[in-house]
Amino acid sequence: MAIEEVVHPYRDRTIAQKLVGKIKEEAKTLDGEIRIMHVCGTHEDTITRSGIRSLLPENVKVVSGPGCPVCITPVEDIVAMQLIMRKAREEGEDIILTTFGDMYKIPTPMGSFADLKSEGYDVRVVYSIFDTYRIAKENPEETVVHFSPGFETTTAPTAGMINAVVNEKLENFKIYSVHRLTPQGIEVLIKQRSMIDALIDAGHVSTIIGVKGWEFLSEKYGIPQVIAGFEPNDVLLAILLLIKMYKEGDARVVNEYKRAVRYEGNVVAQRLIDKYFKVVDAKWRALGVFPGTGLELRDEWKELDIKNIYKVEVPKDLPDLEKGCLCGAVLRGLAMPTDCPHFGKTCTPRHPVGPCMVSYEGTCQIFYKYGVLF
Amino acid sequence: MCLATVAKVLEVDSDRGTAWVDFGGVKREARIDLMPDVKVGEYVLIHTGFIIERVDEKTAKEILNAWEEVFRVEEDAIGGYYYPGD
Repeated sequence: MAIEEVVHPYRDRTIAQKLVGKIKEEAKTLDGEIRIMHVCGTHEDTITRSGIRSLLPENVKVVSGPGCPVCITPVEDIVAMQLIMRKAREEGEDIILTTFGDMYKIPTPMGSFADLKSEGYDVRVVYSIFDTYRIAKENPEETVVHFSPGFETTTAPTAGMINAVVNEKLENFKIYSVHRLTPQGIEVLIKQRSMIDALIDAGHVSTIIGVKGWEFLSEKYGIPQVIAGFEPNDVLLAILLLIKMYKEGDARVVNEYKRAVRYEGNVVAQRLIDKYFKVVDAKWRALGVFPGTGLELRDEWKELDIKNIYKVEVPKDLPDLEKGCLCGAVLRGLAMPTDCPHFGKTCTPRHPVGPCMVSYEGTCQIFYKYGVLF
Repeated sequence: MCLATVAKVLEVDSDRGTAWVDFGGVKREARIDLMPDVKVGEYVLIHTGFIIERVDEKTAKEILNAWEEVFRVEEDAIGGYYYPGD
């Protein structure tokens, strides 16, 4: 089986046209409008790149939720990590810091990790926490820290790597966890009345947590959900299914992405995450503190947490966003990037004002990249 | 961030905890901590250098065959109720 063989029909134009036809038919008998939220930057990429919004009837709205983990990583944590680097240097120990490419550029009132690197600190962009592990092995005399953002898909590799580090007793490997839980974050948005009628669930988060990880949202709040893959026809089919389910009051989780998602998810990954992490209340940048949505290392693994080695004081009242930046409303699905006065003018991927323009998963960057403005 | 890419497993080294995988020409070493029983020849999803799941070849093919069915049966579109294969 060639990979293309599987993917091709999910990009097929004829199938897409038929799906759009069915969506239009179903939407005619909708009572009012339906607001469908997705919670994954990669879904936003598919939707915008394929022009899906332009194909949908007026009363079918697809909005983007907080599906970009680096966008919601708190300013306070980025600043704390910078202060840890400075404190270590003052104490005569240089830390090697690794993080992902988009995290590296996220702006804060006290600069980004890229700015820190320009001051001569050792900050390295990695593709994987596995690279951090290799760097730690190659530099046994130095402390190597991975600043670790991400939802469940990325938390699982972090837990897997920590497991190997513990087994191998690799003592110079540390992390700074800013991991977040996706369905629990969405639950907070629902409780805050964020106007969500239906959900497109993130495909690869679901690979880890399974269909069962989302079920409580349907049970508690009566919201229909479809776990979707990342090709245009995956998303169109999810939209069609959600309209039908919404009309019939059928609140459950349908798995459209069966080629990669099982009901129980990746159980090995779930066990590793549970072994190393505990659930804590956590801030989502520009959205506030969401109870029970963050992951910190459990107390028995605290020597792996760089925060326990260097205690730093983060200045209070750091603003989350520049004045006028609508990133918060964009992450709640209440505004489109084009509603923002900065978008495409003062704020571009080259000179981002807010975090949603920095990451390739940020809704603003995706809109800009595919020319929604023009 | 949650982007994952399909690759084919070429070689597994359980002692090292890694596998060599082929992304349609580009070969890389990936960790198998989250899928320790992965086998040579399987198609897998890779996220940030870790194998996170097998791609179910059989389900993928069944679903593809079901597309035609979906559009043929007008009334119970999407497989009787919702989805082919459900």
